[in-house]
Amino acid sequence: MIEFRNVGFTYDGASMATLEGVDLTVREGELCVVVGPTGSGKTTLLGAVNGLVPHFTGGRMSGEVTVEGRSTREAPPRELADVVGMVGQNPAASFVTDVVEDELAYTMENLGLAPAVMRHRVEDTLDLLGLHDLRSRPLRTLSGGQQQRVAIGAVLTASPRVLVLDEPTSALDPAAAEEVLASLTRLVHDLGLTVLLAEHRLERVLPFADAVVLLPGRGAPVVVGTAAEIMAGSPVAPPLVDLGRLAGWDPLPLSVRDARRLAGPLRDRLADRVPAAQEPASGGAMATFSKVTVRYDRIMALDAVDLAVHPGEVVAVMGRNGSGKSTLLAQLAGIRPPTTGMVRVGGADPVALAPRDLIAAVGLVPQDAGLLVYGTSVADECRAADRDTGLAEGTTAEVLERVLPGLPGDRHPRDLSEGQRLALALAIVLAPAPPLLLLDEPTRGLDYPGKRRLIALLAELASTGHAVIMATHDVELVAQVATRAVVLAEGDVVADGPARDVVCHSPVFAPQVAKVLAPGPWLTVDEVEAALVGGGARG
Amino acid sequence: MSGRSRGQTGRRGLHPAAWWAWAGCLAIVASRTTDVLLLLLVVVVAAYVVAARRTDAPWSRSLAVFLKIGLVVIAVRVILEMAFGNRLPGHVLFTLPQVPLPAWARGVSIGGPVTLEALLQAAVEGLRLAVVLVCFGAANSLASPYRLLRCLPAVLYEAGVAITVSLAFVPELVASIGEVRDARRLRGRPVRGLAGVRGLAIPVLERALDRSVQLASSMDARGYGRRPPTLARARRWAAAAVGAGLLAVLAGIYGLLAAGSLPAAGLPLVAVGCVVLASGLIAGSRRRMRTRYRPDPWGMPEWVVVASGLAAVIGVVVAGILDPGSLQMSLSPLRVPALPLVALVGVVLAVLPAWVAPVEMQTRASADVGDVADTSRKQGKPSQQGEQGTSAPSDKPSNENTDTTGPGPRTPPPPRDGIHESERVAATPPAPIGSGAAA
Repeated sequence: MIEFRNVGFTYDGASMATLEGVDLTVREGELCVVVGPTGSGKTTLLGAVNGLVPHFTGGRMSGEVTVEGRSTREAPPRELADVVGMVGQNPAASFVTDVVEDELAYTMENLGLAPAVMRHRVEDTLDLLGLHDLRSRPLRTLSGGQQQRVAIGAVLTASPRVLVLDEPTSALDPAAAEEVLASLTRLVHDLGLTVLLAEHRLERVLPFADAVVLLPGRGAPVVVGTAAEIMAGSPVAPPLVDLGRLAGWDPLPLSVRDARRLAGPLRDRLADRVPAAQEPASGGAMATFSKVTVRYDRIMALDAVDLAVHPGEVVAVMGRNGSGKSTLLAQLAGIRPPTTGMVRVGGADPVALAPRDLIAAVGLVPQDAGLLVYGTSVADECRAADRDTGLAEGTTAEVLERVLPGLPGDRHPRDLSEGQRLALALAIVLAPAPPLLLLDEPTRGLDYPGKRRLIALLAELASTGHAVIMATHDVELVAQVATRAVVLAEGDVVADGPARDVVCHSPVFAPQVAKVLAPGPWLTVDEVEAALVGGGARG
Repeated sequence: MSGRSRGQTGRRGLHPAAWWAWAGCLAIVASRTTDVLLLLLVVVVAAYVVAARRTDAPWSRSLAVFLKIGLVVIAVRVILEMAFGNRLPGHVLFTLPQVPLPAWARGVSIGGPVTLEALLQAAVEGLRLAVVLVCFGAANSLASPYRLLRCLPAVLYEAGVAITVSLAFVPELVASIGEVRDARRLRGRPVRGLAGVRGLAIPVLERALDRSVQLASSMDARGYGRRPPTLARARRWAAAAVGAGLLAVLAGIYGLLAAGSLPAAGLPLVAVGCVVLASGLIAGSRRRMRTRYRPDPWGMPEWVVVASGLAAVIGVVVAGILDPGSLQMSLSPLRVPALPLVALVGVVLAVLPAWVAPVEMQTRASADVGDVADTSRKQGKPSQQGEQGTSAPSDKPSNENTDTTGPGPRTPPPPRDGIHESERVAATPPAPIGSGAAA
């Protein structure tokens, strides 16, 4: 269905090829996942399928890509619109119209289909993706998961044979992600669609994948195989696979169900052990919320929230899209004053602080990390950050090297991949080591090694008396680093306690290891390993 | 089969052009009178119709916004009058300190006595402008400009897209400015003053460009600008005709302007050029293979709505002919405004759409999910993603039932019960979403 023959690609002005000698065949009716480290060319590979690369992006391409026998060499993306459906990283930015129904029809209008056919396909697609209730809703009012499904539906109405998706679940909460993936599986199984998708959160997509394409990056050859084959030797792997490797399971489990069937002996071995206990946080509160209510128009974003965060704590704030997580962080960073109630950071009102004093007290990495970065090159950005905060020259660059080694300093921030940009923003905020660190979705687009380095950094900060609050959908991140979890729903705090207690038995927020080893209180592979090696504390 | 006919004439509320024509008529009425009672009546009529027929969409709130802008307009007009106005003789209310101006600026005066008549005149003129604005806001509330642009003829399609994209850009830009300001604060940089503004401009522009590039790539990937390959020759001919026509027009204009060189050839060249250009444009638009999804039909309700708007205009015009003075507010001597009966009847007729226009189709289920709340949240803070998560109730049989029996010629939602389901499957092959029927 999709064939890459010896494809190479270099962006204009880039010194290194992004893709080199890629040979790849995706068969009809397969769900194929593209994995690889941050910046290894996943988005470029996906763009090459419908000719956006190089027709739209520019750059030099060698070799040939064919889709259903049509070569992208001759056909520009618009001519392939009836064969390839492309859903980008940010669905909201791809909407052309303003209402769900019109958006679904847009591609078909361009293809010149008869009105009766269009109407019929729109109805079918609304049903297929469960969008029927939203048909006349303005696109701007939809939640992230809904937008993602509309974006998929909008290309699906043209009845393409191939669907290409770039990180379709990374911005979504676990439930919404499952919904989108379920829709995709249904398309593959019921309609025989070929799906090619890139995703960093392997734990989410791996159970559905028929084939995996590993892009190791830095000129190394592409590896293609079944999910189990690739995972056996992959540098990037979900916790389930790591657990399987630790326990020596064969074949490696790809779904929680497979793993649970194999995990009986391991559960027995762990039965009389408990994970190393965390020390409870001590010291005075670093940030406090007292009866904080935030209202936008008629919406309660936060409803009389009481919260105190102590030094050494890593607090994970969870909840579905739009439950008030970002609002909570915005309050602490002094971006919005509360409607009623009082917010204090280090004893001061963050809204009243001057910018310079503010960043000495609190650092925030917003959801859209690109917002923080507007210099002309990576090195320039690091120097500017040093100047802003009065740090020794080179401090930020050092931190960046720790988060993501080997990022070229002459690169323009706009040319970075999503994950690389996030790493740069993290470095800028982490460098002055603010006592209170706020992270909004800190793992979006970040690969597993990047995530591990981030976790190490956060743990180090926490151990030296900093407090970290992160809003995240990434349950594996929560499992590995959070000491405390707060769950928000509709602006209310519905759960607040040690991360293990909150997360372990939640069907939505439980990490893979907890699901496999339930009812044992285990969250991460590292904990299990430590318990097996060191004997653990006897329970 | 009912499904097929629905596909072609499915109605989603009144034709947007009808709403805009109706609102335009009201605006004409407002611009022809200074009768305060009549002007206020126009506002009441517009507001009543909007309240009766608007949807839950974000743009439905534009009437309120335009009302506020209208109030500001009146206030500004009155203040300007107090400061710089021409002095109407009459009852002096108070006297502002006068600034002596040199002789050459005799026409202008600053300060001085302020009369009741002058203020009233300013207020009425401000009110007239405000009412025109309110009419525009009403049109906005009832049919988004985007829907109106959908109705443009095919030749103007590209221009329509450009306008649509730029319309969508404005709220985007405003949101983006807020975000960048916040982000600058997070970097510890000044957000106020000159440095703040300079620091804002580049990131905001960068983001706007980013977004337009993303949009362009999305449009390209979704077939925008696709052309049937078989007509490549015709396309070249059309392009050549447009080019040649333009050249001819240019040469003709040169001939007309540069006296003595080609005076005789000027006019005919322009004429021929125009014909060639027009034929090229028409041929070019014919080769476009674009179709339109659910084009808004123009039927009886549209005629009635437009007619009701026209009735208001006719009423005012007739009143003006019968008694030219009756539509103007008499300020000296100051009198309670008369309300000419013909104009009154006309404007009252313009309230008909509140009952005649079909209710814009809204599936009941989606109305239940609390979009109002959702919407406001979205507007208040664009970076937030919807309120309801993804838990929109997907199975609400009771709602669907009420919906299909709802009033007006709205389109029933796609049925989910057994009978309809089988009917639908029978109507079309079960293969992937309507395969084959393409191209």
